[in-house]
Amino acid sequence: MEHYLIENALSYPILTVLILVPLIGAGVTLFLKSDLMIKAWGLMVTVLTAALSLPLFFNWDFQTPKYQFAQLSEWFPILHLNYVVGVDGISVLLVLLTTFVMPLCILCSWTYIKTRFKEFVLVTLLMETAMIGVFISLNTVLFFVFWEAMLVPMYLLIAIWGGERKDYASIKFFLYTLLGSIFLLVSIVALYVKTGTFFIPELMTHTYSFGFQMWIFLAFTLAFAIKVPMFPFHTWLPAAHVEAPVAGSVILASILLKMGGYGFLRFCLPMAPAATNYCMPYLILFSVISIVVGGYLALGQSDIKKLIAYSSVGHMGFVTLGIFLLSDEGLKGAMMQMINHGVTTGALFILVGIIYERTHSREIADNSALGMLMPAYVTFLVLFSLASFGFPGTNGFVGEFLVLLAVFKTHKVAGAFSIVGAILAAAYMLRLVQKMVWSDSDGHAHHDHGDGHGDSHGGHHALYDLNMREAGTLIFLLCFVFWIGLNPKPLLDVMDVSVTHLLQQVSDGAQIIPTGGEHGGGHHASLMEWGQNIKQFFAFR
Amino acid sequence: MNMSLFLPELALISMALVFFFMSLGKPKSSFLQGVALAQAAIVVFIALFAFKFSCNQPAQTMFYDAYRVDAFSQLFKIILTFGLFLVIYLGAGLKGITDNLKAEYYMFMTLSVLGLVFLSSAVELLTIVISLEISSFALYVIIPFRFQKGYRKQMEAGIKYVMFGAMATGISLYGMSYIYGMAHTTYLNELVQVLPGMLKHQPAIIIGLILMMASFFYKLAMFPMHFWAPDVYEGSSNETAGFIATLPKVGAVALLIRLVALAGIEINQITGILAIFAILSMVVGNLSALVQDDLKRLLAYSSIAHAGYVMVAILCVNTLGFSAAIYYIAGYLVMNLACFYVIYNISPKGENVTFADLKGLYKNSPMLALTLVLGAFGMAGIPPTVGFFGKFFIFTAAIEKSLYAIVILTVINAGISAFYYLKMVRAAFMTSDEESSVIQMDLSAYILGLILIVTILGIGIFPQTFMHYAEMAAGTIL
Repeated sequence: MEHYLIENALSYPILTVLILVPLIGAGVTLFLKSDLMIKAWGLMVTVLTAALSLPLFFNWDFQTPKYQFAQLSEWFPILHLNYVVGVDGISVLLVLLTTFVMPLCILCSWTYIKTRFKEFVLVTLLMETAMIGVFISLNTVLFFVFWEAMLVPMYLLIAIWGGERKDYASIKFFLYTLLGSIFLLVSIVALYVKTGTFFIPELMTHTYSFGFQMWIFLAFTLAFAIKVPMFPFHTWLPAAHVEAPVAGSVILASILLKMGGYGFLRFCLPMAPAATNYCMPYLILFSVISIVVGGYLALGQSDIKKLIAYSSVGHMGFVTLGIFLLSDEGLKGAMMQMINHGVTTGALFILVGIIYERTHSREIADNSALGMLMPAYVTFLVLFSLASFGFPGTNGFVGEFLVLLAVFKTHKVAGAFSIVGAILAAAYMLRLVQKMVWSDSDGHAHHDHGDGHGDSHGGHHALYDLNMREAGTLIFLLCFVFWIGLNPKPLLDVMDVSVTHLLQQVSDGAQIIPTGGEHGGGHHASLMEWGQNIKQFFAFR
Repeated sequence: MNMSLFLPELALISMALVFFFMSLGKPKSSFLQGVALAQAAIVVFIALFAFKFSCNQPAQTMFYDAYRVDAFSQLFKIILTFGLFLVIYLGAGLKGITDNLKAEYYMFMTLSVLGLVFLSSAVELLTIVISLEISSFALYVIIPFRFQKGYRKQMEAGIKYVMFGAMATGISLYGMSYIYGMAHTTYLNELVQVLPGMLKHQPAIIIGLILMMASFFYKLAMFPMHFWAPDVYEGSSNETAGFIATLPKVGAVALLIRLVALAGIEINQITGILAIFAILSMVVGNLSALVQDDLKRLLAYSSIAHAGYVMVAILCVNTLGFSAAIYYIAGYLVMNLACFYVIYNISPKGENVTFADLKGLYKNSPMLALTLVLGAFGMAGIPPTVGFFGKFFIFTAAIEKSLYAIVILTVINAGISAFYYLKMVRAAFMTSDEESSVIQMDLSAYILGLILIVTILGIGIFPQTFMHYAEMAAGTIL
């Protein structure tokens, strides 16, 4: 087991500490009394976690595909189940994304959350534990425990501090994700019974029969496609995003969706490589549909949050497209897209939260013509919108460019449709920006602007520009937008070896795909023919 | 005959006698409660000691080989006596019981547990029937003890329980008559040698076996003997419902494990029937629970579903399956009692609780809300509670036996069940419309809540010790 891992050489068990610090912080929160102390404590704990996670980046070994900073200890000897955690190039970036986004969540909620702030910080810190745990677990059961453990805090986050339809949205999110993850559990148990181990690197090295691979691939894909979300399992996302408080939306968009992508990379590709190769055309089809449908649906929205939610569907479509192209640029593009989408969409949701606190409305019509009154705000809005649809120079460009490069090498028709999706992304973002910064085409602004007294509109706050806290949050994210956009090399280097290693595993395992009729089972034959047809359609050379 | 083997039973008998004498007088409620708790705690310690003692020894039999004391039975005695301790603890003050019947109530409860304790050690058919009847009759009597104006509901519940229980016992005896007629013996250890051969060549014995299990299905509230559960839970008082929901099921599981292991390697003949019962229990339980408003009825239907899950574990006749069943039913006991603990403390006069009464619980009593969350989500199977690992072990055992279709159906049902557990939790965290007062709980109630929370999470995160003993226990059966 040890030859997959590189033992942690730092002075403290960094990964376990990253899980424990938010957990202990959550426990301490139970005993705090004043709101100010809770705010400060929440911020402190998340910043501490972020600081503690920095050594992951600075002590990174760029040459090895093994899992670094690993720790191993006993848990259930009965089932040969150990507590083993480690990170490789794919997961370390996601861990860093998580630890850096969490302080921003707490910061942007300081004035947004009006009631029960103590429980809010408690729930957020528990979520952080669960999310970091998902990315660092190297044991399928541990992974599943953290995966499920993240459901309840998210449910509470939406159900307690959400908007008008919070009951509907929270239950839909919970049940949808739970149903997917239940099949994940069955696959995990099936893999254990087949191989006798729960250890992920070992599970990757076994070769399973094609039929078995198809079943676990389908079960895994269901769970992760619901999470990502991939069309047609995306319907929980707009509801959840719209009704969640701003911190909930940021966590959901920046991190939770990436768990689906991570799951594909960690489970579907290496453990069911033949099935992945076989199902590649279908998944590319669904990814492209996600991109285009996400774009179209976003174009028609009048609710800003829903628009950004559908844009997330579109962007994650690029991620899955990149993953299932099974090429070097594709995977790298998908990974970069995950990080970048986390940064930009997180920022966009923070922006929506800021304006919602002022106008108490998420409709575009109520939030238009802000340019004159909130210049700093609209600067950030425009810059993050540019980043969102992949303007060169910003981080969004890197990911989308790599994915498009990869798709045009092999599947030109799919590439053509993705370009349509990318154009739609520009269309709806620019439309949003135009409406919010300037005004509608008829030149009217629909709210009472001027000196900012909103008494006649019963409850509207003055439209004051960003304060220091909000500006700081956004500047922090903006730095990443430009840093990654202009210099993506450090990140690409981190993931390089792991991506190569993963592709090696996938291509090694692809050899056992049965060719026409060799594998028994009558229903498989017709499915294969259909598969061949779609493959040819997309592989137009 | 070594009387030290019989120690837990003797302790329970003496406990019942103490209550009998107390019932002759007019004891104060707090004094009664204190005595009950102290004795229950003593009995738990004796059971633990007896288990430790039996761990290192081979199985011993008593009473003309009708009574077997081995690791399996002693483990169940620990679970049963601990369950009794928890039930007495949670029913502190016995709000729902008529005043002058409180001592009798404790006496009958103790006698019921005594019957269940006999049941876990009984290895001869008539002894099984007698133990079952001791436990059931004590239960039949205490259901109408509920203190409510107009005795309709609890009388109805009591009569339903008696009539259907008698019917179930009758069917069981009929099945036993088949077995006796064909195998010429009532001792389980002799049956286990004869049955596998008979299952293969004289399949009429399958009828005997299944009919015999009818009364255990009744106790376990499994399809097709599940229909009494909702009405009885709703009609009896909250403490009684807590008792009925948990302890008889533990005894029934103990016995079902022994009986199913009888079939030996020819288990395939009856696996199909048991699987159908299990899946129908799950489906009926989960679907009916989705539309319930009264919390006790909802928990009754959910217990029907959980009986299905346990059956799935039992019918994979391997060590992991049996230990998974033991782990699951012990976890289920604690989680269910957590829910009943909350129900008991919410209703000030012992009346039934609906979703509307749960609203605002997070403010009125955070401890109760937290216990409810852990109990409900534990039963739904969310990590890291004991309910999750129970389901996990069950799935592992079933997949080891390649029962894929059953696993997929179980998994779908687990997903459906999440909805109504979520409804409970959501109700507890919503703000109530009218002003509700803070629920006053004294320190001992808080401590019970803490005990429940720690058990649910502790056995969930560190199941090693318990599973180790469960495996040892299951090993003595196979």
